[in-house]
Amino acid sequence: MTRAAALIAAFLIVVGVGVFVVVYYIGSATTQLPIVHYTASGGQVSVVLQEDAQNDSASRPDWVSYYAQDPVSKQWLHTTLFSVPANTKVNVTIYGYDGCTPLRNNFFSQVQGTIGGTVTVSQFDQNGKEYVTNDTTSVINTWSNCNAGHTFAIPDLGVYVPVASPNANLSANNLCSSSPCVTQGNPYAVETFSFMSPSQTGTYRWQCLIPCGGGFLDGNGGPMQTLGWMMGEMDVVSS
Amino acid sequence: MSSAEITASTGGDAPAEPRHGWRLFIMWFVLALAADLVIWFVWYPHMPPGRMSDNAKGQQFDIAVLAVSAAPVIIFVLLYFIYSIVVWRAKPGDESDGAPIHGNVKVQLAWIAGTTAIVLWLFIFGTVELVAPGGAGGGEGPSPIWTLAGTKSSTWAPGGNDTLQVQVIGQQWVWTYRYPQFGGFESSVLYLPENTPVEFHVTSLDVIHSFWAYKLGVKADANPGVDNVAYTSATALGGFEVRCNELCGIWHGAMYNSGYIVSPSAFASWASGVQSKEQADGVLTALPPYALTYDPTVVPQLGKQIVTIDGITGGAGYYYGPGNPVTP
Repeated sequence: MTRAAALIAAFLIVVGVGVFVVVYYIGSATTQLPIVHYTASGGQVSVVLQEDAQNDSASRPDWVSYYAQDPVSKQWLHTTLFSVPANTKVNVTIYGYDGCTPLRNNFFSQVQGTIGGTVTVSQFDQNGKEYVTNDTTSVINTWSNCNAGHTFAIPDLGVYVPVASPNANLSANNLCSSSPCVTQGNPYAVETFSFMSPSQTGTYRWQCLIPCGGGFLDGNGGPMQTLGWMMGEMDVVSS
Repeated sequence: MSSAEITASTGGDAPAEPRHGWRLFIMWFVLALAADLVIWFVWYPHMPPGRMSDNAKGQQFDIAVLAVSAAPVIIFVLLYFIYSIVVWRAKPGDESDGAPIHGNVKVQLAWIAGTTAIVLWLFIFGTVELVAPGGAGGGEGPSPIWTLAGTKSSTWAPGGNDTLQVQVIGQQWVWTYRYPQFGGFESSVLYLPENTPVEFHVTSLDVIHSFWAYKLGVKADANPGVDNVAYTSATALGGFEVRCNELCGIWHGAMYNSGYIVSPSAFASWASGVQSKEQADGVLTALPPYALTYDPTVVPQLGKQIVTIDGITGGAGYYYGPGNPVTP
C-alpha cells in the first residue's frame, strides 16, 4: 500500500513538473499579443513602428523591442503583429531610438524591396536638433558609419530595410531609456519607405536581421526569437 | 519424417501436394517483372528530385534502381504471406500438428545466397553512386575528394568551362549567396548558369543550418566557421527553391528563398549588373574580404571606431567577445 502511494505521488510530481514547464515557459511564450489593424485610405496604408533599446515589460525589460502605433488612438502598443490590406501601397514610418549595431552581414545594409529601392532618413539629437534631413538613400552602412540600429525584413516579399539609428557619436549615453520612447528629449531617427503588399492574403513574418539579443549566444536569442520583440507577423487581409 | 511417411500417416489416399515452390516462383516472377517494368518506364521519369541537374538525375536514377531492386523482395514477402494464408490455412476442425520440419538445405542456401547478393549489390551500388558526380550533391567538408571537371579561376565568363564559385551563407532565417568571382557581391536570390560546374561553399553566421536545393539534388550542412563544399551542374532552365533542412529556430520552417537556372550569358549579365550596383552603393567595400568562412573578427578592422551604447548595442565585435563565442 505504501509502495503504491509512493508511486502515485512520484507520478503526480512528474506530471506536475511537466505541466509547470509547459504552462510557465511555453505558455508565456505564446501570450496573446494585440494585433494592430492598419486600414487603407486612398489606396495606401500607413504603418508606424518604433524600435527601442529596452521595453516596458515586467519580465524582460532589457530586451530590445519594436512597438506598433495604434492608428486610431496613437498609443504605442508593445506588439509586432499588425495587418494591412492586400495589394496596397504600404507606407512605413519607423522611429529608431536604439543606438547603432553592427550587422553581421553587411549585405543587409542595402535597402531592398522598397518602392524605388530607397528609404528616406532624418536624424535628430536629444535636443531636437535635426542634423540629417530627409536623406533618401539606398544604403545605410553599419560598418563604416554605424548608422543602423536594426533591420525590418520581410523575406517572403524580398523586403530588407536597415533601420537608421541616431548618430552614434551624438547620441552616446543619451539614448531613450524608458519605453515606449517619445521624440522629446531623446535622440532618434525617422525612416520612411514604401512597399506593395502582396495580392495574396496570409501571414508574412518579418524580423530584425541584426543579432541584437544582448547576453545571448552570438546575440541571436531572446528578443530575436520572440514574437512581440524583434520579430513579428504581418497579416495581409482582403482589401 | 519424409513426405512419403506424412502421406502414409494421413491415410495414403490424400491428393498429391502441388508444387508450391514452382507456383510461388512463377507468380512472383510475373508480378515482380510487371512491377519493375511499371517502376522503370512509368514511375521513374516522375520520381523526385527531378532532372534539373546532374546530381538530381543521379539521385532519381538511384531511387529508381533501388525501387526496382526492392520491389521483387517486397512482392516475394507479400506473396508468400498471402499464399500461406490462402493455401495452408487450417481447415475447420483440423487440430492436427503440422509436419515436423527441421530444415531444408536448399532453402537455407538460397536464402543466404539471395540476401548476400542483395546486400552486396546495395553496398557496391550505393558506394559508387555516392562518389559521382562530384560527390553526388552532398557536402564534402572543406577538402572535397570528389569534384567536378572545370577550370578554377578567380573570374568567370560564359562560354568556357570555368567553375562558378558560390558561397552560401545561412543566418537566422535567410539565405544569401556570395559570388567571389564577381567582386564578392551578395544576393538573396540564387542565380546559376546552365551547364556550368558550380562549387558551393556553404557556411553559417550563427547556428547550424542546412542548405537544401532540392530540385538540384544538393544538400550540405551550414556550420558556423566551417566551409562545406558541394558541387552541382544544372542541366535545365527554370526555378527552384532553397530550404533550410536543419532545425534552426522558431522560423526554421520559413527559411527558404528562390533560385533560378538561366543561360550563361543571362547569368553573366545579371551578375555584372548586381556587382556594379553594390559597388556603386559601397556595399562591396564594406563587406569583409572574401573568405571561405566569415570571420567576425575582421569587422572592427573595416570600419571606424564604433561606440558602445548602454552596454547593449555595442560596437563592432561586441557579440563576439569571450562570453559570446562565434562557434556555439
